[in-house]
Amino acid sequence: MTVILGWVSGLCLLFGSVLCITGGIGLLRMPDFFSRVHASGVTETLAAPLLLIGLALQMEWSLDLAKVAMILILILATNPTATHAMAKATLHGGQRPLEFDKDKSTGGEGSSKP
Amino acid sequence: MLNAAIVAVLVTMLLALIRTFLGPTEYDRMLAANSFGTKTVLLIALAGYALQWNSYLDVALLYALLNFVGTIAVMRFFEYRNPSEEDDETESAV
Repeated sequence: MTVILGWVSGLCLLFGSVLCITGGIGLLRMPDFFSRVHASGVTETLAAPLLLIGLALQMEWSLDLAKVAMILILILATNPTATHAMAKATLHGGQRPLEFDKDKSTGGEGSSKP
Repeated sequence: MLNAAIVAVLVTMLLALIRTFLGPTEYDRMLAANSFGTKTVLLIALAGYALQWNSYLDVALLYALLNFVGTIAVMRFFEYRNPSEEDDETESAV
């Protein structure tokens, strides 16, 4: 039983780490703010729970386990809210997402419209 | 595997920090700072368990709360700051 829990925990931690680094690279390399919100928000809401679940599977039954569950619920509740608030504030602040240029017949090239 | 996860979180914090210093607008900086704060919560939880600190999860819980409240406060401040952008705002609201 402990071996299986260790394997599942390691798998959760590995997948969470991969998603975490993916979110960081997306945050650094995406072209404009809204795609950066996507890269940060989507991976954060999956990477953080996976890492916390992988941590919780290694712990014994104690109060700390309940605290990890509280952190998990808190992150799941607040992180999308904060991301939504940031995207809304940016939209009200006058920034617009990058749009595809509809005048060109090919329609494949992206161009920035401020 | 726990150590690998800690290293991954640290690398992600470094990338978010680069975006914080690089970011063209203040929104980018705030997004990267929020991401950095979330990763800090994860780092405290993981490293605290790996190094067997005492009551580290309380610190992580408090940091998660502070991160959320700070982000919301700063974003409220940014949202209604510029009166010259109000035309744009009403245009987008329609």
